[in-house]
Amino acid sequence: MFGLDKKDTTLLLVVATLTILAPFLLNPFPTASGMAQFNAGYPDLMQRFVIFGIFAIGFNILFGLTGYLSFGHAAFLGVGSYAAVWMFKLFTYNVIPAIIMAVIIAGIFSLLIGFISLRRSGIYFSILTLAFAQMSFALAYSVLSNPKFNLTNGETGLQVYADDPQRFHHDGLPDLPHLFGLSMRSTYTMDVGAWSFDFNAGYYLCAAIMLGVFYLAVRIFRSPFGMMLRAVKSNQTRLNYTGLNTRPYTLAAFVISGMYAGLAGGLLAAMDPLAGAERMQWTASGEVVLMTILGGAGTLIGPILGAGFIKYFENIFSKINDNVLHQWFSFMPDGIENFMVFIVHPFVGKGWHLTLGILFMLVVIFLPGGLVDGGQRIGKWLRSRRGQKEDKTSGTTTPAE
Amino acid sequence: MGILEVKDVGIRFGGLQALSNVNLSVAENTVHAIIGPNGAGKSTLLNCFVGKLIPDTGSVMFDGQSVLGRAPYEINQMGISRVFQTPEIFGDLTVLENMMIPCFAKRDGAFELNALPNMMKQKDIVERAEQVLEEMNMADKRHEHAAAMSRGDKRRLEIGMCLSQEPRLLLLDEPTAGMARADTNNTIDLLKEIRDRGNITIAIIEHDMHVVFSLAERITVLAQGTPLVEDTPENIKGHPKVREAYLGESA
Ligand SMILES: Nc1ncnc2c1ncn2[C@@H]1O[C@H](COP(=O)(O)OP(=O)(O)O)[C@@H](O)[C@H]1O
Ligand SMILES: [Mg+2]
Repeated sequence: MFGLDKKDTTLLLVVATLTILAPFLLNPFPTASGMAQFNAGYPDLMQRFVIFGIFAIGFNILFGLTGYLSFGHAAFLGVGSYAAVWMFKLFTYNVIPAIIMAVIIAGIFSLLIGFISLRRSGIYFSILTLAFAQMSFALAYSVLSNPKFNLTNGETGLQVYADDPQRFHHDGLPDLPHLFGLSMRSTYTMDVGAWSFDFNAGYYLCAAIMLGVFYLAVRIFRSPFGMMLRAVKSNQTRLNYTGLNTRPYTLAAFVISGMYAGLAGGLLAAMDPLAGAERMQWTASGEVVLMTILGGAGTLIGPILGAGFIKYFENIFSKINDNVLHQWFSFMPDGIENFMVFIVHPFVGKGWHLTLGILFMLVVIFLPGGLVDGGQRIGKWLRSRRGQKEDKTSGTTTPAE
Repeated sequence: MGILEVKDVGIRFGGLQALSNVNLSVAENTVHAIIGPNGAGKSTLLNCFVGKLIPDTGSVMFDGQSVLGRAPYEINQMGISRVFQTPEIFGDLTVLENMMIPCFAKRDGAFELNALPNMMKQKDIVERAEQVLEEMNMADKRHEHAAAMSRGDKRRLEIGMCLSQEPRLLLLDEPTAGMARADTNNTIDLLKEIRDRGNITIAIIEHDMHVVFSLAERITVLAQGTPLVEDTPENIKGHPKVREAYLGESA
């Protein structure tokens, strides 16, 4: 279906089902229960899941296929956000032009940076992208924000003010980003017994776009172009002596992934009409690297899993404080309870990075293929247990799931 | 006029004159071997043909056009394919995919943004790749990971990848170096087959005399960066200068 083989179609349908049902799946605990804090089904976080999913899917086209590790992709995300907010300021709160402009501007920007950075490979390429991203951050944070020429509004961040032109804005339209009048914040809340589920317009817009670009990524992975990118990673020398020019291939991959990042940035602004320089900082670039590696670089579904995983940690683990811990361990004798809280404390709340770091190390050491690798191992183990009597039929593996 | 004309080529690496006054003419549709002791400059010379090195002096013409200053991919697109001393293949890809890439390069040129169609639905490419695999007796390995194959198979695959492009000139740098006797003999047979099918010029660098004398029609002996003699295999075998510079050393 859709020009995909059976396996890829199944994957696409599974991802589609999960994203559509996300408001249910992410809110498994009754609102009033002690576990409710682990619910992730609120609009803001669900939007982040899919937006950073898009970011990571695009990053994976560059890093997963060609092996070129960019440490500056947050710059494109940031540029996308700024472009979108400017569209809001100048023309309209409708998100469509904003998103399109975010992708275009990020594309141009990544063409420029990619053209220069791709003159080098390996660590030098990574350092060049990092340098460019930090320069972009500095530009956004201070240089391009002065009374004479204020493109980014510096520290405060770019936002829409009442005296902005907004040429095509008129009464009757929401005073917030909208899709032809449908506000991105409009949410329908469904209460079922003790449970509560949120269906948010912004989330479903992002989810639909993510499914679209995920489908596009699958097509790219299976195309001759995708194979060339894998060949770049495998053996550039052979590729050159086989009559193929590696530079335009890597540049195309770079620009495509830059446009994915710009799209993600545009969507962030469409959900919340703000753009700040911190979005371009190197920690943000590092985060997408972590997402991709954690999920499984070079696999189709890995980056989405990695993005979800990290965003969940960032938002849920970071909210566990000592009060919550005391509740958890309250069944224990006082002394042991305090001791347990003392032990666990550094790993939750503000310490969530610590837990994430440990998890990341464990994954990289024991599951070099990321979470997808883990899933495959479990799957293989289950199958070998179930199929011990049956003959082993297919032993071949496909390189990219 | 040969298909490959090398005139007065010289190159220097720091204090070392690696090649000097190299003149060489490879006639079309022949097998021309370049032999010489280790460090004679054979690989360096070959690298001057494929865009890896640019000589300080002299010219290298392929089919009347200079190759100097062109990138390796451009030279390949002119019709020169090269086999490396240690097989260079796409280890992470399957054997079939390895074979498809040169077919794409031949059909679409150095770059083509073919990002949406499914590569397995490119019927002409898949058919051509399967056909060459068949000819190489590797069809049964098509779904194997290339990196997992034996060295002999990797070499076979690499030669097949070059042949799939129907190059006019095939360059081989010690294709049997480090190979077991059986693999060496297989490779000789394969190269003979390619030669006898015709319509291809082969320039081969080789250390192994057995390989050279069973394949080559002309032999150039290189010593210390300069051609010593060029002649037929029969004459080379008996040549006193060659015995002294080369054969005497290894025989
Ligand atoms: N890139 C290089 N830089 C410096 N010296 C080199 C380089 N390539 C080859 N040489 C030197 O040139 C000489 C010829 O090398 P090479 O062409 O590899 O010999 P052969 O292939 O005949 O064994 C050797 O002395 C080698 O050390
Ligand atoms: Mg050599």
